[in-house]
Amino acid sequence: MFDWIQNIADWFVYSVLHLTRDQHLAQALNFFIYDTIKILILLFVVIFFMGIVNSYFPIDKVKNYLSRNKLYGLEYLMASLFGVVTPFCSCSSVPLFIGFVRGGIPLGVTFAFLITSPLVNEVAIGLFIGLFGIKTTFIYVISGILLGTISGIILQKLQLESYLSPWVKEILANAQREQDLFKAEQKSFTERLPVIWAEVKNIMKGILPYVILGIAVGGIMHGYIPEGFFEKYMDKDNLFAVPIATILAVPMYSNASGILPVVQVLVAKGIPLGTAIAFMMGVVGLSLPEAMLLKKVMTLKLIAIFFGVVTLCIILSGYLFNLVL
Amino acid sequence: MTNIKILGTGCQKCKTLTGLVQEVVLENNINATIEKVEDIQEIMKYNVLSTPALVINDRVSIKGRIPSKEELLALFN
Repeated sequence: MFDWIQNIADWFVYSVLHLTRDQHLAQALNFFIYDTIKILILLFVVIFFMGIVNSYFPIDKVKNYLSRNKLYGLEYLMASLFGVVTPFCSCSSVPLFIGFVRGGIPLGVTFAFLITSPLVNEVAIGLFIGLFGIKTTFIYVISGILLGTISGIILQKLQLESYLSPWVKEILANAQREQDLFKAEQKSFTERLPVIWAEVKNIMKGILPYVILGIAVGGIMHGYIPEGFFEKYMDKDNLFAVPIATILAVPMYSNASGILPVVQVLVAKGIPLGTAIAFMMGVVGLSLPEAMLLKKVMTLKLIAIFFGVVTLCIILSGYLFNLVL
Repeated sequence: MTNIKILGTGCQKCKTLTGLVQEVVLENNINATIEKVEDIQEIMKYNVLSTPALVINDRVSIKGRIPSKEELLALFN
């Protein structure tokens, strides 16, 4: 499917620049050109597709659905699934949280959404397909959804309502389930397209420098680190690798677009995929600045419990991957 | 006179929207007051789930995205 990109990369490196195939520089450059074109195309496709889904399925509709329907235990899974198709900017997490609480949606269900939405987002999916292939992407998405669901259930069981900020507790006391069905704007696809298109352009512009930088760094590493280099330090039997990778990942803020291409090279050079996935989930799903935003609605203790539970679930799934994959 | 409010807790997108609104209002000599609402409790009175949001004469017109200048102009008139 992507042979034509390889042809472009080969042509540029070997015919235009006259480099030879055994040079490190040639290999790194070839890898860089191929990966950049391929990943940008995939990112564009996934972001555009998600933009369309999101246009027909706005966050208000999700809230209305979760608030209106009794789902008998399935609400955690549903919230987590909605999180996949409804990306939100981290600066919206506070209004979103309050809106959910006001709509009578249980705290654990809200958390399930808040966990999966950043964890399985359109940029991460696009990068994953490009870097690791469909199968690994599938595993990542499914485990992201399950992770949000399970963390949400655990957080609900812990009964954390008393750790909310006082004004949020007041909202909680007055929470009301919505009765009316949310009416979406009746707009044709052609009317929606300009808005979707503007969003796609915005997202692509925002991540472009990081993607290119990440692939460039990855390209350099790819050419210079010998095969299997990490195997001796980080094999599957090393019990500490997964927790260390996860905890290292949490403070790395959001720039998944820059970090994922580097991680792909690390995997190619011998780091176990499960350890790498745990690391990436930490990078993509948990960001400290976002947590600090939540201070407006919850106590530090609740933020710590929230992050603790999610981190623990990520570590466990890292072990699980290393066992299965 | 048009009353314009931009709801947002101070993220980059909210600043971009505020700048854009100011530009459009100036360029087209629109008689309007522009107010930036950063207090979360105040924002929640408008029942928005995603920011930045644009409120024109107390009606929420746009939420969670940055519109184009043309779209803004059409909304202000």
